[in-house]
Amino acid sequence: MIRRLPHVDRVGIEERAATLGKRSIKTTAKQQGIRLAVSMLDLTTLEGADTPGKVRHLCSKAVCPAPDMPEIPSCAAVCVYPAMAGVAASALAGTGVKTAAVATGFPSGQVSLDVKLRETEDAVQMGADEIDMVISREAFLAGDDARVQEEIVRVREACGDAHLKVILETAELGSYDHIRHASMLSMEAGAEFIKTSTGKASSGATPGVCLVMLEAIRDYAHRTGRQVGFKAAGGVSTSKAALHRLVLVKETLGDAWLTPDLLRIGASSVLNDLLMQYAKTETGRYGRSEDFSKE
Amino acid sequence: MSERLAVRKTYKLWIGGAFVRSESGRHDRAGDFNIPRASRKDVRDAVAAARKAFGPWSARTAYNRGQILYRAAEALESRASDLGEPREVEQAIDVLLHYAGWTDKIAPVLGGVNPVAAPFLSFSLPEPTGVVGVIAPDAPPLLGLVAEIAPALAAGNTVVAILSDTAPLGGLDLAEALGVSDVPGGVVNLLSGRRSELAPALGAHRDLNAIVDASGDADLGAELDRLASETIKRTRHGAAATTYDEAVADALSRLESVTELKTAWHPIGA
Amino acid sequence: MDVRTSIVWDYAPAPESTDHVRLRDDYGLFIGGEFRAPQDGRREPTINPATEQPIAQIAYAGEADLRAAIDAARAAQPAWAALPGRERAKYLFRIARLIQERARELAVVETMDGGKPLRESRDIDIPLAAAHFFHYAGWADKLSYGVGGRAVAPMGVVGQIVPWNFPLLMAAWKLAPALACGNTAILKPAETTPLTALLLAEICQEAELPPGVVAILPGDGVTGAALVRSEGIDKLAFTGSTAVGRDIQAALAGREVGLTLELGGKSANIVFEDAAIDQAVEGIVNGIFFNQGHVCCAGSRLFIQESVADEVTSKLWDRMGRLRVGDPLDKNTDVGAINSAEQLQRIEALVSAGEQEGAVRRSIACDVPDRGYWFAPTLFTDVSPAHRVAVEEIFGPVVSVLTFRTQAEAIEKANNSRYGLAAGIWTDKGAKAFEVASALQAGVVWQNTYNHFDPTAAFGGYKESGFGREGGPAGLRPYLRVS
Repeated sequence: MIRRLPHVDRVGIEERAATLGKRSIKTTAKQQGIRLAVSMLDLTTLEGADTPGKVRHLCSKAVCPAPDMPEIPSCAAVCVYPAMAGVAASALAGTGVKTAAVATGFPSGQVSLDVKLRETEDAVQMGADEIDMVISREAFLAGDDARVQEEIVRVREACGDAHLKVILETAELGSYDHIRHASMLSMEAGAEFIKTSTGKASSGATPGVCLVMLEAIRDYAHRTGRQVGFKAAGGVSTSKAALHRLVLVKETLGDAWLTPDLLRIGASSVLNDLLMQYAKTETGRYGRSEDFSKE
Repeated sequence: MSERLAVRKTYKLWIGGAFVRSESGRHDRAGDFNIPRASRKDVRDAVAAARKAFGPWSARTAYNRGQILYRAAEALESRASDLGEPREVEQAIDVLLHYAGWTDKIAPVLGGVNPVAAPFLSFSLPEPTGVVGVIAPDAPPLLGLVAEIAPALAAGNTVVAILSDTAPLGGLDLAEALGVSDVPGGVVNLLSGRRSELAPALGAHRDLNAIVDASGDADLGAELDRLASETIKRTRHGAAATTYDEAVADALSRLESVTELKTAWHPIGA
Repeated sequence: MDVRTSIVWDYAPAPESTDHVRLRDDYGLFIGGEFRAPQDGRREPTINPATEQPIAQIAYAGEADLRAAIDAARAAQPAWAALPGRERAKYLFRIARLIQERARELAVVETMDGGKPLRESRDIDIPLAAAHFFHYAGWADKLSYGVGGRAVAPMGVVGQIVPWNFPLLMAAWKLAPALACGNTAILKPAETTPLTALLLAEICQEAELPPGVVAILPGDGVTGAALVRSEGIDKLAFTGSTAVGRDIQAALAGREVGLTLELGGKSANIVFEDAAIDQAVEGIVNGIFFNQGHVCCAGSRLFIQESVADEVTSKLWDRMGRLRVGDPLDKNTDVGAINSAEQLQRIEALVSAGEQEGAVRRSIACDVPDRGYWFAPTLFTDVSPAHRVAVEEIFGPVVSVLTFRTQAEAIEKANNSRYGLAAGIWTDKGAKAFEVASALQAGVVWQNTYNHFDPTAAFGGYKESGFGREGGPAGLRPYLRVS
């Protein structure tokens, strides 16, 4: 089967994404937007140096990001490596914050399908509510769309009741045409969410990349009636960037997607910037890093 | 009431947007000042800085480069009294302005659409050649230097210039004025030292794309040509511009000598 | 803690502040480097079309005022032309710089006076106006290079009449090349939008432009006609409707006055089945709803290849639903106010005609303020090429959709118009884009984009959309006598 790539005009889409970045989000809209963004965070730690202690601190922060600002909601999830899934699940039990585990040889995906499935099953068994898998870029770049999809279908089965997010690793795909194509492949194979990046590559959820994927989600929903979620990961490190992504979603998919069930932001450092900006809207003061806990 | 002691000036080389001493630590005298005597390694560092700056500089829109050069002229104008003899400085600023206005006009004048005898859209676009080495003349020290570097910058190149060894202060002061403009680090690099040592070092550097020689020294010129042949560098030799009119009269030739022409073809036909 | 799913998010009002804007209550005519009371002209208020409130009193030029301005321009012209090009350049650089420095103020005033969204005046009109002055400043000492090496001389005194849709930008398009070439100029801004031209006059003073080099004479159609008729101008440049352009061309018959016209259009925006559809939809929106459709080159005839007509129309309608119509000073507004009550009536009349002819009209639902002139972005489908809404320029936020089967048909239909200003082509196939571009009778062809402007890119029409070009070296030509 010879692949047929869809057409995405890069100059046009980047212009649109940039224009949407000029929306002025002030006062009450800024406050609401920040609270919404916090509620959608998958607070993430994916380091070789992660330990149970570190993960527990992060979970605590995700459940209650700002004790002195009780109107700030919990984050959506905590995202960790499979080895830490059990620790996270225990720490988060009963809080409503989900445990997300990366799996399938994250971030490169350069392991056998059997290993990917086994890793997924282990993570789910240890308490992961959500699995963030990586597509096989090796298969994708070779043009083997069938294999890309087959892996997603198999991992989805291995997830059982856990939800599956499919990471495209957009920086490695080559062009917006490829990103839209990979988005469609993933949705057709059963992804509950499609996600931009692992956060470990040279670039992540740039505005243009996000818009490409959001348009794909919109068209897929229109065609099939199924609403797939979107997760922006990588490069969303400031409140301004987070709010820009919310604008992109609002003006492409509409308000229906502005819920943690369909929209996530994968990040770590952005949380304190969101809290700092929120505090500024209340107090009028520009803040400092000591104003909020570092986990 | 005792007289106030002045804070004396230290002149530095300008490489990669930073003011540095020569890695060799050597110095020369220029009037009442110690100035750096650059070495071959400084030349090497300058070329590396210019190469690194070339990608981003040439990727800017022509309009943006024009804006930056215009603001550089603003920087010179406000420091005119530091830069040398007033009549010369005024003309140097006007030369810079002239070339600031060229940035978005090179393409329509040097480029164009080629009416090929086949169903293709064919066009030729002037592009910057890359890193341009400049051997500055001895006189006039500021105007002569600006006349050689402004065209290269306007065309989108980055520059490494070897200042006159008999009259380097104009160039070193220029560095300081440019250092507070919007010219990005590495786009212009200015080195003082012995021309006989530095010019061949620059001319021999394999990562240089072109040499613009205004030294007026025929033997040096010939040596630079020989060195250029090793990597087929583009070369231009010319007399120093001593007035504004001389600096702009042959603007197109100056621009041509540091641009490449890229011709592209695309079929017309569904 | 769990307030997650109960947040409804919309944009709060984001009004641009106006307290840094310094406007006078009363503006005189700018003649001989100073503001003067009119000798025989009258005064009229200029209105904010979003609120219907007056902003300032404006002097209109009468015949005696016009005579004084022409005399001052004639007197100043030889010295201005005799300046070395590099000196004229420096005046123009100053003006460009001053526009940049006063950018925010100019953007707010432009929006208040004309009704366009602040985001557009801030991000497009004002920056481009500065860029035009920068670009032409750089030509002032390079004129021969711009005309193939021929010797040049200025035309002399030029009269320039500009429209209300891009007031400051059109003033820049006119004045910058004229001055660079050594002419002196008399600019007549549009009746409903004189303010930014008057601020430009202040900028000319700040730049120390020699008195008489530029005159700014607000007025109405009568003032414009008087300028056209007057003795003592060597060239006239007009941007506006084709109807008035015809009158001007007739009025100048038999006279040795150079003329350039930039007139109306009914530009075809053509979407092929192999276009990047979502970006094409965005381009359609930019093409017809940018500046409320008050654009001579607006893509008002949308031609969609039949195989994708339903998909594109449906996506377009959904996208139109997201347009934010309202207070032009709100930074989140996409579509502002219609420029005047007269223009609103014209749009309503043509849209009504469209419905009567049998085209199917859909207008988006939008909340607009009680006062002010507003028209909801509107889509006509089931349009036939003979319908008035497919033939006549509406100059409002109204797009007419027609379909085609083949490339040849698209080209034929697109060219089947008295106008020929612009066109858009949406296809992912470069070869097709260039072939269609070659075949279209339009002065500006945008491929996979629309409504992009640059000082270096010549702009102007074919056929009854006018003649002469603005931008690039071609834009020098009308302002020079060339041997």
